[in-house]
Amino acid sequence: MEEKFKLSPDSFEALPQAEEPDNEKIAAPSLTFVQDAWRRLKMNKGALISFWIILLLMILSFGSSFFINHKTLVKSAPQYANLPAKIPGVPINGFNGKLKVSGQWVDEYKQNNVPKGKYFVLGTDYLGHSLAQRIVYGTKISLIVALVATFFDLTLGVAYGIISGWKGGRTDNVMQRIIEIISSVPSLVIVVLMLVVLKPGMTSIIAAIAISSWTTMARMIRAETLQLKSQEYVLAARSLGESPVKIAWKHLVPNLSSIIIIQTMYTIPTAIFFEAFLSFIGIGISSPETSLGVLLNDGQKNFQFLPYQMWYPAIVLCVLMIAFNLLGDGLRDAFDPKSRR
Amino acid sequence: MRKYLLKRVFYMILTLFLVATITFFLMKLMPGTPYSNQEKMTPHQIQIMNEQYGLNKPIWMQYLLYLLGMLHGDLGTSFQFSNQPVSYLISSRIGASAQLGIQAMIFGIFFGVIVGSIAAINRNTWIDTTSTVLSIIGKSVPNFVLAVLLQYYIALKLGWFPIADWGGFSYTILPTIALGVGPLAETARFIRTGMVDVLNSDYIELAKSKGLSRFGIVYHHALRNSLIPLVTLIGPYTVALMTGSMVIENIFSIPGIGEQFVKSILTNDYPTIMGVTMLFSAGLVAVILLTDIIYGIIDPRIRLSGNED
Repeated sequence: MEEKFKLSPDSFEALPQAEEPDNEKIAAPSLTFVQDAWRRLKMNKGALISFWIILLLMILSFGSSFFINHKTLVKSAPQYANLPAKIPGVPINGFNGKLKVSGQWVDEYKQNNVPKGKYFVLGTDYLGHSLAQRIVYGTKISLIVALVATFFDLTLGVAYGIISGWKGGRTDNVMQRIIEIISSVPSLVIVVLMLVVLKPGMTSIIAAIAISSWTTMARMIRAETLQLKSQEYVLAARSLGESPVKIAWKHLVPNLSSIIIIQTMYTIPTAIFFEAFLSFIGIGISSPETSLGVLLNDGQKNFQFLPYQMWYPAIVLCVLMIAFNLLGDGLRDAFDPKSRR
Repeated sequence: MRKYLLKRVFYMILTLFLVATITFFLMKLMPGTPYSNQEKMTPHQIQIMNEQYGLNKPIWMQYLLYLLGMLHGDLGTSFQFSNQPVSYLISSRIGASAQLGIQAMIFGIFFGVIVGSIAAINRNTWIDTTSTVLSIIGKSVPNFVLAVLLQYYIALKLGWFPIADWGGFSYTILPTIALGVGPLAETARFIRTGMVDVLNSDYIELAKSKGLSRFGIVYHHALRNSLIPLVTLIGPYTVALMTGSMVIENIFSIPGIGEQFVKSILTNDYPTIMGVTMLFSAGLVAVILLTDIIYGIIDPRIRLSGNED
């Protein structure tokens, strides 16, 4: 099937010298590391939705600080105790002020002589607090705990790991033994000891998280630093006399950033779970302060008769956990495409 | 190997010693005395009590006595629970907790392996997606929420299992599920990832071309190789189960260590807190050492040496 053409030399034309050769040009705009990861993250629907949910919850709960503070939390209204959810204009049983009492839907608002215009979007608890307010506040506590855990992961964990890996030798050995000892004590035990020594509350939970949360991060950073240390660009920087701090900041941290981000996303759900867990068993945050764990514990006592008091905080907590887990998986795939299967 | 083991055991003892020391001095720093909740004791009575429990001795002496006692399995006397020795409190309750923990571990790993393998074999089908979604949910829903829901809907509404308390095997089923779902979800994800890797390898191709059955390939070749790394997860699972036991035993009123721990924290019963702390730390340290040794035995590619981290 070969065809031969006779081509005359005239059909070829030399390109003018001045014109740039175009074939070396890359059509797509060059992406930075973060842009590239963001592009991959956007393809992951679950992670993207989770990202927006977390952002929304953050804005909602931190924005609410102006309206829901310590004072509004303490204020109780016993005459409105244990009212179910009521959203005006929603005629669905369970959201219209009606509660199922021994198989029948009863309008609790009418029975308790609640004034006409008064309603609670998610109902009230046993002291007449608005459940919606308390859930928003509890979400804020969970997010604060998440931020604190992230903070210690990023500072203590990363710095410890880099120093340990960079110094090597005896320093590394001692630092690793310390981590080994800390991580072979169940973090629960550390938390409990902190709670016994300090007063139960936000401070002791934060202190406990500060002690126990960063070890995994430090280990991973150290392992990676050991590898990066022998890279040529680090050697070059060293031989140019760059100070170790500057090398760590300019060369190590950027190259460690994907590990840092991925590991942080694993720390956050653990921290949120821990706070809820401690408050649930009554050794974390206690009244009049509230958190999702406290709300769950309160709701659990009346679950048989007032199921909504447990369901709403449970749903919020689960959504928060699922969102962080999904976003974590998404970020892992986005920042470390090799791990994707 | 022997040098490595000796080194590990040394660090294990050092860890436990540090935990004991730190807990002891933290508890000594605490405000309050064992008598603060019992009113109307004359100074003389308090003095007699102090002498009886050795609380009049200097702190370093108390510390040495505490360490010595611990070597004999004596963890002191509970302040709150009818003056029972802590070691008795623990030994009378450890059975329930251990049974629950082991059952939950077996439940989680067994079903996790099944779910994970099925997902890996049917990769990128709706089965895989479903199992991924379920394991994310299983990982995210806190076990105490799950426990309350199981207790209400399965035990109370449907009446399939006892609501609470500790009797026979039927009493253990719901707590086991509540505790085991977390490890199940984690195992399923882990096995799926590992198995997908293994299924893409050359020896699986060979097994296929030999005409082995699907089940044979999965069971003999894929599963065995993906099971090995699972050993490394037993340590973290132990931590999760210890943590979980505190709340699950409370919800289901199981007379176990976790329930006792919560009670002693709430009543400031320092000797019991110290005792359970030591027990949990010793348990975890032992599990980590054991899993490292087992890992080295079943997978000879892993070198057991002290130099490597």
